[in-house]
Amino acid sequence: MCLAIPGRLVRIEGDVGFAEFGGAERRVGLMLVPGARAGDWVLVHAGYAIQTLDEAEALESLRLFEELLADEPGATGAP
Amino acid sequence: MTGAGPARARVDSAVARIREAVARPLRIMEVCGTHTMAIGRHGLRSLFPSDLRLLSGPGCPVCVTPGSDIDQAIDLARRPATVLATFGDMLRVPGARRETLDAARATGARVRVVYSALDAVELACAEPGSEIVFAGVGFETTSPTIAAAMKSARDRGAANFSVLPSFKLVPPAMTALCAAPDVRIEGFLCPGHVSAIIGTRAYAPVAAAAKVPCVVAGFDPLDILEGVAGIVEQVRDGRHEVVNGYARAVREDGNPAALALLDEIFEVDDAAWRGIGVIPRTGLRVRDAWAALDARRRFGLPPPAPDDLPEGCSCGLVMRGVLVPPECPLFGRACTPAAPVGPCMVSSEGACAAYHKYG
Ligand code: SF4
Repeated sequence: MCLAIPGRLVRIEGDVGFAEFGGAERRVGLMLVPGARAGDWVLVHAGYAIQTLDEAEALESLRLFEELLADEPGATGAP
Repeated sequence: MTGAGPARARVDSAVARIREAVARPLRIMEVCGTHTMAIGRHGLRSLFPSDLRLLSGPGCPVCVTPGSDIDQAIDLARRPATVLATFGDMLRVPGARRETLDAARATGARVRVVYSALDAVELACAEPGSEIVFAGVGFETTSPTIAAAMKSARDRGAANFSVLPSFKLVPPAMTALCAAPDVRIEGFLCPGHVSAIIGTRAYAPVAAAAKVPCVVAGFDPLDILEGVAGIVEQVRDGRHEVVNGYARAVREDGNPAALALLDEIFEVDDAAWRGIGVIPRTGLRVRDAWAALDARRRFGLPPPAPDDLPEGCSCGLVMRGVLVPPECPLFGRACTPAAPVGPCMVSSEGACAAYHKYG
């Protein structure tokens, strides 16, 4: 239930943003990462960014998560 | 497990470190259900020496939610003009009355699955004539997202939004487990995303009180193997330190904004853990200033009760790390994912489901 997935913030509107996950864009709450800016990588859990990541960290996490999520549909961690 | 190249070499090296460091029977707990799943999926147990035993622990928030909370959620969903919004994981877990949200929905209860607590706030704004109650289940990873949604609801004047709180705190539960006379845990693999919020420093009291190493790990097989290697080496050397093996996402002080928001809306309270009982100071209570958003006070519901598990189910012992799932007499016989008896077999991240799926 505690899965979280890295995505890149493409734009911000107030305390929500839109993050890209492998080509798909989803709305994410930004209230927990007040310093986040468009272009930043964030770790997203249950519809909210819970931490900011640097790009190298994000790409590394992404590679690992793709492997982990390969056969885990519908978990709560879905962005 | 698969993988080639440099990652393969790091896997081999971590496995060699583990084999070298384990010189006697050792019991370490992985705490987090996502770790349990990853360990099973990648067949990591087969790489460990037979003296190393990995225990699953209470790390599936759905499994430790008291049946009385699920019953209350069902009752709320049956109230007129009330919608119970929930993460999908909760649907199939039977409450104390052995009824599920899924079955209640099939007979007309208003249950809505959402991906995010924010979606439930949107629902409240879109349906001002309905009461929207969100089933607030989760550890420190999830509770800040629900706190954020509560704040949004207040800011947006969504007076018809509330949360049925059933939140749990991980580090104090780890300390409490270690103190039980029938539990022997010699190291903790700490949950990666809980730690992204609370930071590594939250484990210092656990390591100090229980005198066990605490290593935070990510969810990649390599993260897990290197985390386990670090734990068994600490045990060999008689150390009990907190180590951050997931620096990609975890800082020493966690996420201060999330922690401040949690503290604004909640205060620490005792919590009922299904199959384990009440553990002092391992839960969150909605502060009085936010009482209007607490469904339990709003609808006059009693506090959660630690209820008994179904007859013969050993989930409590599994979640406390006393047994591993195959040691339950019902495992794989009377209890399977198709016909689950206890919450650890129902939930996809329950220890019994993970063992059944991956062996
Ligand atoms: S195998 Fe089934 S009955 Fe046994 S502990 Fe697990 S969930 Fe409970």
